[in-house]
Amino acid sequence: MKLALRNNKDFWAGMMFLWTGAGAMFVARHYPFGTTLSMGPGYYPMVLGGMLILFGLVITFRGLRRNEKMQGPWSLRALIVLPLSIVAFGILMKPAGFIPALAVLVFVSAASGREFRFKEVLLLAVFLIVLSVGLFIWGLGLPYPLIQTG
Amino acid sequence: MELFQHLVFGFSVALSVQNLLYCLAGCLLGTLIGVLPGIGPLATIAMLTPITFSISPVGALIMLAGIYYGAQYGGSTTAILVNLPGETSAVVTCLDGYPMARNGRAGPALGIAAIGSFFAGTVCTLVIALFGPAVAELALEFGPAEYFSLMLMGLVAAAMLAQGDMVKSLAMVVMGLLLGTVGTDVNSGWRRFSFDVAELADGIGFVVLAVGVFALGEIMANLGDSKKDGVFVAKVGSLFPTRDDLKRSSGPIIRGTLIGAFFGVLPGTGPSIASFSSYMVEKKVSKDPSRFGRGAIEGVAGPESANNADAQCKFIPMLTLGIPASGTMALMLGALMIHGIAPGPTVMTQRPDLFWGLIVSMWIGNLMLLVLNLPLIGLWTSLLKVPYRMLFPAIIVFSCIGIYSVQSNAFDLYLTAFFGVLGFLWMKLACPPAPMLLGFVLGPMMEENLRRAMLMSRGDPMVFVAEPISLGFILATVLIVIVMMLPALRKRRVAITDK
Repeated sequence: MKLALRNNKDFWAGMMFLWTGAGAMFVARHYPFGTTLSMGPGYYPMVLGGMLILFGLVITFRGLRRNEKMQGPWSLRALIVLPLSIVAFGILMKPAGFIPALAVLVFVSAASGREFRFKEVLLLAVFLIVLSVGLFIWGLGLPYPLIQTG
Repeated sequence: MELFQHLVFGFSVALSVQNLLYCLAGCLLGTLIGVLPGIGPLATIAMLTPITFSISPVGALIMLAGIYYGAQYGGSTTAILVNLPGETSAVVTCLDGYPMARNGRAGPALGIAAIGSFFAGTVCTLVIALFGPAVAELALEFGPAEYFSLMLMGLVAAAMLAQGDMVKSLAMVVMGLLLGTVGTDVNSGWRRFSFDVAELADGIGFVVLAVGVFALGEIMANLGDSKKDGVFVAKVGSLFPTRDDLKRSSGPIIRGTLIGAFFGVLPGTGPSIASFSSYMVEKKVSKDPSRFGRGAIEGVAGPESANNADAQCKFIPMLTLGIPASGTMALMLGALMIHGIAPGPTVMTQRPDLFWGLIVSMWIGNLMLLVLNLPLIGLWTSLLKVPYRMLFPAIIVFSCIGIYSVQSNAFDLYLTAFFGVLGFLWMKLACPPAPMLLGFVLGPMMEENLRRAMLMSRGDPMVFVAEPISLGFILATVLIVIVMMLPALRKRRVAITDK
């Protein structure tokens, strides 16, 4: 049973909706609910959360009945490294400046692919940095320091 | 006569040097990214939206519209040349476009696609100019109850008619509505789902959501797929269709345009339904249906015209009612709101420059695609040779700079990364993200109208069926649900979307 569920896409989709709905209702439980005449900030989220739970139940149940599998291969590496590259860019923008943040972004995001050729990525990084500085900093006038010193 | 004046006014706006440049830039950028494999029009627009924030609303919308049909045109280019549909509507173009390319007739296929699209664009520009004002006038009478019912109909229709599972699409709409509630509630000042994060007080940025789910999610899915590299690119050759080609195509182009315009004004029907219907019609009326699938030019001309007509007519509900009929239109609507323009029927009276300028510029944009893009096709196809491992970091770079430039806020980037992972999971679980985006954009407006309608009716929910216009929308919603549940249609729908 456990093994059969592992790749069951409807089961997991249903679970996702179910728990998102339940989570939303849990977080919104202290928001003033109000009445139908004068709805408080909690009314609408509560109703939506309830609807999500219902949808989640239907989809989970259907998944158990049909057991359709998820399609296509996964790249766990891309799933972890790619978001990391974006987070790193966000962290570096203020303390390090535009160019270092971009360099890290290009290198780390390129590392999330299957193939990583250092020379190629270096060239790509230089190209993208020159293009971005020209286009965004000089062209559109975005107010970011190229390299933060001191 | 009034129509004529409106169009002249539109031309005066669209033909300003600046707006012409925005239109051109949009068309070129859209095609540029549209031909790149593995990135669809939605991701393209999401990624490029921040660039338009620094220019005037009219210019921004003109540029976004240019990106939209440029991306679509780019998508059909790759469909014909390498059998890679950039988006679902281009799947139909693959059926006969790619065999044509294999037969050494890629040029005429591309040529007829551009000519058909231009014809469809011209007709639809006139359709919008003719019917837009009438629809808007009607919509001015709408109260909160009517708006709520209309949005309900739009969302349900979008979910039911979108690709993929209906129940999951509806669930994704609700997911979007819920995501739309994040942030400060305008009525009470209460902060909902912000978890004491100051950056969430204003809600989730729609560029953050769109880029995360569409661009990032798509890239992550592509990186897991090893078949993306190494494509056969057909030689283009002469672009001009022969006299025989033109004769064969004129009927399909006209029929395709009508089919596309019809499906275009219906909320929710994606362009794939229009192009697929056109393909089926052409196959039915053809004297020799066996030619289809082996490089019949009718199979390119009809669906491409239908596709473009549909895309263009989708602007009618967006501009006149403020209701997006597709994920792309949700993005446009979001862009309008960021520019401080309240979408709805008042746009036409309060910002006639925006309305008529945009409509005329769409026609100019189509003309640009015809006269500029075709000669540049060699350049576009050379882009196809850039390997994906070099392409996706570039897309990431532009997306990140775009998102950061909106508020200079690192938190937005973290949120983008989060939604990227979420978007990838949704894709794997076959939960269509476009309905979610519609729900997200419409969510706050829907809540507002629901609250107002309830206040005005003293808490009586019967108000939605008591008002005749509202009742009409509710009945239409019910009808759509019933019709789509019919077993016969359900089967056909599966056949269309699984193609």
